[in-house]
Amino acid sequence: MNTLTLWFHKFGSPPTFHRVTGLLIPWLFAAALLIGLVGLYGGLVLAPADYQQSDAYRIIFIHVPCAWMGLFAYIFMAVNAFIALVWRIKISEILAMASAPVGAWFTAITLATGAIWGKPMWGTWWTWDARLTSELVLLFLFLGVIGLYNAIEDRRQAARAAAFLGLVGIVNVPIVHFSVSWWNTLHQGTTVRLLGPSRIDSSMLWPLLLLALATHIWFFASVFARSRVSLLELEGGKEWARAIALGTEHGHE
Amino acid sequence: MNDFLAMGGYGAYVWSSYAIFALALLIDYITPRLRNRRVIAELRGRMKRQQRRQEKSA
Repeated sequence: MNTLTLWFHKFGSPPTFHRVTGLLIPWLFAAALLIGLVGLYGGLVLAPADYQQSDAYRIIFIHVPCAWMGLFAYIFMAVNAFIALVWRIKISEILAMASAPVGAWFTAITLATGAIWGKPMWGTWWTWDARLTSELVLLFLFLGVIGLYNAIEDRRQAARAAAFLGLVGIVNVPIVHFSVSWWNTLHQGTTVRLLGPSRIDSSMLWPLLLLALATHIWFFASVFARSRVSLLELEGGKEWARAIALGTEHGHE
Repeated sequence: MNDFLAMGGYGAYVWSSYAIFALALLIDYITPRLRNRRVIAELRGRMKRQQRRQEKSA
């Protein structure tokens, strides 16, 4: 085996994963909080008011990073679901199931903050526009995965059934992303682009990107925190898990 | 400071959005910690019961 597969096997082994993530999680949360606070300061204090939307536009500094996170979480979940279904790797099952609630939270924040922004700017909390509707479907897919996972008694069977649902639902991801260009929506089109110049001033762009970075780090911190609990529960009968339960070894708690 | 809180008249919208953001992430932070405690307590309970059973049969 080469170094990479060796590393993957070692990191994928439950006791190592539990220990390494236990060390990583506090740093990840601290980094997310610090970067997020700098981004918030930039977005709320330093960035100027928008010439059309005045200060109401400041909602986008959380709305947009959370919307990106919802899609990112879904893709991360689907990739792990695929690995779990094809190669039956335990850690992938757990990572896929752990990303569903985090993705659901980010999607819920996106919908809520979008509605709060929509009220003063569009004059309505909600409209059945393609972007809004597909984002709502994204939330329901996350909730469906969580519900199915909790409805089946056997943890590993539950994970595989929910992984399958999650994998099928990936069809919604491009719909969310391209909805603003495929249909004539009330929701505005893409402003921040990877290819080509972004249509946003740099004084507003850097806080947005910092918050995107912070939410990504937060996502991994939270997914790891959830995964190590599930791993402990799943491997409850094994020696390493017993040692942790007895308190001979301490995690981040 | 008041100007900052007023957000050009959109204060209620801006701050309620940020409050939802903070609250959701706080819940997201707390849930796995509470679950971790519960799982460890369950594991301990299970181990104690096993030990008692072994002592009885010995």
